[in-house]
Amino acid sequence: MEMNMVQAINAGLHQEMGADPDVVVLGEDVGRVGGVFRVTQGLHEAFGEQRVIDTPLNESGILGTAIGMALYGLKPIPEIQFADFIYPGFDQLVSEAAKYRYRSGGEYTVPMVVRTPFGGGIKGGLYHSQSPEALFIHTAGLKVVCPSNPYDAKGLLRASINDPDPVLFFEPKRVYRAVKMDVPEGAYEVPLSQAAVVRPGADVTVIAWGAMLYEALAAAEQVAGDDGIDAEVIDPRTLWPLDLETVLTSVRKTGRLVIVHEAPRACGFGAELVSLVCEHAFVHLEAPPRRVTGFDTPFPYALEDDYLPLAHRIAPALRETVRF
Amino acid sequence: MPRARHLAAVPANERATDERERSWQRRRSPSSQSGEHPSPAPRALKLKLYRAMLLSRRLDERLMALQRQGRIGFHVGHRGEEAAIVGAAAALREQDWLVPCYREFGALLMRGAPLATYLDQMFGNEADTGHGRQMPDHFHSRAQRCLSVSAPIGTQLPHAVGLAYAARLKGNDDVALVFFGDGATSSNDFHAALNFAGVFRAPVVFACRNNGYAISLPSSRQTASDGFACKAAAYGIRGVTVDGNDVLAVHRATRAAIEAAAAGAGPTLLELVTYRLDAHSSSDDPRAYRTDAEVAEATTREPIARFQRELLASGELDAAADEALRAEVAAEVSAALDAAQARSKPALDTLFEDVYAETPWHLRDAARDAREGSAD
Repeated sequence: MEMNMVQAINAGLHQEMGADPDVVVLGEDVGRVGGVFRVTQGLHEAFGEQRVIDTPLNESGILGTAIGMALYGLKPIPEIQFADFIYPGFDQLVSEAAKYRYRSGGEYTVPMVVRTPFGGGIKGGLYHSQSPEALFIHTAGLKVVCPSNPYDAKGLLRASINDPDPVLFFEPKRVYRAVKMDVPEGAYEVPLSQAAVVRPGADVTVIAWGAMLYEALAAAEQVAGDDGIDAEVIDPRTLWPLDLETVLTSVRKTGRLVIVHEAPRACGFGAELVSLVCEHAFVHLEAPPRRVTGFDTPFPYALEDDYLPLAHRIAPALRETVRF
Repeated sequence: MPRARHLAAVPANERATDERERSWQRRRSPSSQSGEHPSPAPRALKLKLYRAMLLSRRLDERLMALQRQGRIGFHVGHRGEEAAIVGAAAALREQDWLVPCYREFGALLMRGAPLATYLDQMFGNEADTGHGRQMPDHFHSRAQRCLSVSAPIGTQLPHAVGLAYAARLKGNDDVALVFFGDGATSSNDFHAALNFAGVFRAPVVFACRNNGYAISLPSSRQTASDGFACKAAAYGIRGVTVDGNDVLAVHRATRAAIEAAAAGAGPTLLELVTYRLDAHSSSDDPRAYRTDAEVAEATTREPIARFQRELLASGELDAAADEALRAEVAAEVSAALDAAQARSKPALDTLFEDVYAETPWHLRDAARDAREGSAD
């Protein structure tokens, strides 16, 4: 059935809540109105206000309460309305969710999935555009997932819900309604920590996730046509723990690496990817790895398209890397 | 009574401070809370509470000495607060949840945890189910439905709300009792938790141990309100002030709050007014911020001596039995300390386990490198 990402996640939530009474959804406006992006639409009617919980406006309260529910044995799916607003709950994620299994020697665990729309492309300015994934990758004990299409979104959501550890599920809001594809009606999993080679190629490895995957693909097509460069594009899908093997296999083949992300460059996930590739495949590199990223500025409103690492910025990086 | 009227001659800021100090002084010796005459507690319960308080006190004394000798890294005790901690924990039913702050080892033991559960954690030894990962006094025990202690202030409060919500959703009548100090009432999560609990009518009991200090700051520096129980009103929940040095009063008030929560009447904020006789922790020197005279005065109201006087006066305990009980507790603590000290450090591999359910490649690599002493 043809679906966009909002519909696919919504269908996944319906399915998982229908199959397991321990799955609950909580957050700001997730109930009656179905979320500001309508991702939880219809759940309130289908499963009632006890399991689809409209909460007071406090992210620390949402995440802290969800942690308590998970400690009891539920599988809560808290929604943070925009990733930009996750910071009031940062302490709950970093100090509590991430460390509970470790500090209790596995006596207590926090199986929850924090859903949150992230990234730019909707003219959201400083506070409706951010990509804070690196903060959570840096925190031992959390998993970080980022689907780029409706099929993966539904399959990764199910895998995240079934995962025994806390998962940050970043939904690229620029993709929400922009991409449609065939999504199975039945339940299925896209396993965590398995990257996808979205476009096979021989000359340069490009890693991108979320909405930037489409920019990387557009740039790959552009340099294929203009320059005869054959780029291999990888979508990690789960950012952490990373499927490093797929990345290394590709880099050993191409000898060249370009990483694309919306988040600011300094200490972004790209920095970690470059380090890992240098540590594990340095002798295979034919050129310095490149990063095409957001700038080390707050996310701007009027100049959004200049900030984002769109195809027109990626293509030159591909050319320069191949010609190095 | 409008206080400002007879204080009108005093400058406003000074007036507020003075009056608040006086208010706090009053609160440190609260009078009888109500005119009610509760049915007397059975002797067996009284002796159980008394023994648990003695055990906590003995542990505090021995652990602080061991810390001074360098045998353990840290201790954050609860001398003087035993009635508030033990009394509240004793009110829990088997199905209820204990959500501790770091000062409630007495509550864990009251719930029936073996001394080893606590002391293996204190020594961070190989038998600690937390594998020595946390600093001392950051215990947990699933067997007692006791959550895990963390150091950030107030973060455990919303967990109690989530537990309670989940229990009710599952059709169970479990109640969550969450402890925190007066300092935690200033935290974001205090507000979040009380607000959520109020809106959800979650079966939670919030036990604020008002021990007079948050490290160096007196309670008057945490809030301008008249105590902490009154904050409950803003969240639409019950607030009750209890003499936290009266173990039976604490037990009674907590039991009432638990029963109300279990019956669907929503949460209660209990303010247990007590006094922290020791430093904040082994790393603190309170002489910098309070006088010996103040501590001496508070010592006259400390809960164990008070309960002892009551039990001796009522004839429920005699001097010989009291002495025997104290000797028994001291011997029990000594034996448990010896056993915990004798155990080895946790194995190196435990450093890398339990980060996730399944250890991912990067931690397997790190564990291998650590074993082999590799440079990276």
